[in-house]
Amino acid sequence: MAVKKFEDVCDILDRQGRNPARLIPVLQEVQKIYGYLPEEVLTFIATSLDLPPARVYGVATFYAHFTLEPKGRYVFRLCDGTACHVKGSSDILNALRDKLGLSEEQDTTSDKMFTVETVSCLGACGLAPVMTVNESVYGQVTPEKATEVIDEIVKNEEDNG
Amino acid sequence: MNKEIENTLFVNGQTVEIADEPNLLEVIRKANIDLPTFCYHSELSLYGACRLCIVELEGKGVVASCSVQPEPGMEVRTHTAALREMRRTTLELLLANHPQACTTCAKNTQCKLQDLAQRFGIEDVVFNRPVKERPIDDSNPALVRDPNKCVLCGDCVRFCAEVQNVGAIDFANRGAQVTVTPAYNKGLGDVACVFCGQCAAVCPTGAITPNSAEQDVMAAIDDPETTVVAQLAPALRVALGEEFGYDPGTSVTWQMVAALKRLGFDKVYDTSFAADLTVIEEAGEFIERMDEGGERLPQFTSCCPAWIKTAEHFSPDLLPHLSSCRSPQQMFGSLARRTLPEQLNTTPEKLVVVSIMPCTAKKYEATREEFHQNGKPDVDHVLTTRELAGIIRGAGLRFQDLEPESFDLPLGFKSGAGVIFGNSGGVSEAVVRYAHEKVTGERSPEVDVHAVRGEEGVREAQISMGDRTVRMAVVHGLANAQRLTEQVRQGTCPYDFIEVMACPGGCIGGAGQPVSFDENIRQKRKAGLYAVDKGLQVHHPQDNPYVAASYRDAIGEIGGEEAHDMLHTTYKTRQRIAGQELSLANSEATGQQLEVDVCLGTSCFLKGSQDLLQALAKYINTNELGEHVEVKASFCHQKCGRGPVVKIGDKTFEHADFDTVRGTIDEVMQNS
Repeated sequence: MAVKKFEDVCDILDRQGRNPARLIPVLQEVQKIYGYLPEEVLTFIATSLDLPPARVYGVATFYAHFTLEPKGRYVFRLCDGTACHVKGSSDILNALRDKLGLSEEQDTTSDKMFTVETVSCLGACGLAPVMTVNESVYGQVTPEKATEVIDEIVKNEEDNG
Repeated sequence: MNKEIENTLFVNGQTVEIADEPNLLEVIRKANIDLPTFCYHSELSLYGACRLCIVELEGKGVVASCSVQPEPGMEVRTHTAALREMRRTTLELLLANHPQACTTCAKNTQCKLQDLAQRFGIEDVVFNRPVKERPIDDSNPALVRDPNKCVLCGDCVRFCAEVQNVGAIDFANRGAQVTVTPAYNKGLGDVACVFCGQCAAVCPTGAITPNSAEQDVMAAIDDPETTVVAQLAPALRVALGEEFGYDPGTSVTWQMVAALKRLGFDKVYDTSFAADLTVIEEAGEFIERMDEGGERLPQFTSCCPAWIKTAEHFSPDLLPHLSSCRSPQQMFGSLARRTLPEQLNTTPEKLVVVSIMPCTAKKYEATREEFHQNGKPDVDHVLTTRELAGIIRGAGLRFQDLEPESFDLPLGFKSGAGVIFGNSGGVSEAVVRYAHEKVTGERSPEVDVHAVRGEEGVREAQISMGDRTVRMAVVHGLANAQRLTEQVRQGTCPYDFIEVMACPGGCIGGAGQPVSFDENIRQKRKAGLYAVDKGLQVHHPQDNPYVAASYRDAIGEIGGEEAHDMLHTTYKTRQRIAGQELSLANSEATGQQLEVDVCLGTSCFLKGSQDLLQALAKYINTNELGEHVEVKASFCHQKCGRGPVVKIGDKTFEHADFDTVRGTIDEVMQNS
């Protein structure tokens, strides 16, 4: 509902008083609406807050939380913090990327089903290596376990038509 | 404490007085110690990022001197072994991230990083280059961005935001990926960059440089079929010499002409001639606007292409306030293309017009479609002062030993008024020299108009012309200009005539000028131009016999139809990000829907287009019209004076309000 989304963006801007200092909360809320930050919406936010688009782009690219690309339906967040890294998270990352044909440059499948990204720490080092898929947490992951999760999702999707 | 001690501190044991220096770095410089720095610029805000100006402060350890308030009694050491080692390491790390291709870099021999590496005796880059090669941005005729050479000092970002209030570039990403870039990683040509080039002027390395036209110009000279003529900007003559060891501000006019002839230019003319024309047209226009009652006052000058682009991006509602006069470069181009082929026994197609300018925005200005005739630009190529110096060196000419030569006639003859155009305040002074006589019938007893000269970013002057008083403002720096446009919008602007130059000090401080580390460089060049004016026989544009002849033979009446065709232009509004629109479609476009396009450009936005769009969106939702109506927002319909602008189907509504728009949609819906 593009119209509804636009109205929501306007509401957010109004609630934040069109205050340029409130840029980050604005971006957070807007990302909730779209799932990502579309460029033209960023330009609109820049105009509304009287900031140059380059500044807004700078803030949006600084924080790992913000994304300018639409994400897949299933977002794999693989922890690459110290503990997980030591326990072999790179192998898991490679396995996931190989399976889905993704790379560092392209983190989302072209059918927008899967996104694979790394995060610095999920705060569950005891379970290392850790991975989350949307809201579910997987501990002591191995490359095999990780790719099985993909197989399961694909199967469920197929079963549900 | 006695007064002497109260106001002093110690630099390496030497006593140094504290005057009103804003930071410790400036005090240390006063002690004749040149502390290295990338990110400190007295005109910009403090950044404290490069860590090269570090010093040891007794009791406090190592601090960045740019970010410390000087205090009496401080004991400062500037080159201890520990400091030298830290600076070396910082430089080595910067060099590790930097391409090692100095010899082929546009900034070679004028690069601060190169200079410091030499000063600190770095002979080997000990770290490996970790970052991947980033693409070069040459999306526009004015500037080239090579992010690989960036040291992230942020000077360009701060200049663009603080002095120009443009904000075309900023830092993006984080960690090792940090880069300075336009929004969305677009090219500078696709965003609201105004090409003033001051980013390149403050860049300590070759990360932003003017887009060189040297090869194109040499190719034109080598082509036996073409006749190549040059026009030389006023500000060039007092700066080019710096490249060949002359003191800043020394006029090298005649050697410069000689050098161009030796290089193979067929004729060498002076842009100051066209500046004389500009004065006459622009002052005529101004007097007309005063006579009509002042609705189109204040009149802004239009010589500076960076300022024009700024107005087109950020003040589209005020475009009628701009003088419609072309800049001297383009007046020259227009006149040259029309009149020179016959004089030089060639055709307009085979005439190549080369401008040599202190400016990067002029490169872009020459490509504007308004300045094309029959698909060919009036000005074919634009070189900067530095590029010309490069060509002269490349040809092996011994500049200092050249026999002086003079400009070719007729387009090489000028009055002093046309020469001082290169200084901030020069256009205003030239206009006064001409307009005073035009308005009162008498020449002002004083030639010089000291009231408009000076250094400050905004200067004002009240000039009496008979029973009229003209209220003038002279500004340089685009942030200053934008403060005045805001006043015009609010109806509080107290001026009739406003001269705007984008670069500090006017064209003499342009981004195409030689790189200089001399803090007083602008004052010296400025004084040089005023001295050139003094040395000329003619100081008033109306006394230039060749200008009079041009009106008689080619242009016709001052401000007449022919003059408008040749010497004036039009402006257009520009989007901040080229080609963006915001689709509010509820469902996939079927091509069958009624398209409603609401402008959300700056001007319409200020006039309430967002409320309109919101109300419209709500209306469509409540009445479930989503399948039949596709609403979108675009960022400029280029009718900014008449906003909010809404397009419904193929109809355009100006000054639109919600009821009109709703009514039209209902009507279309009922009919279908």
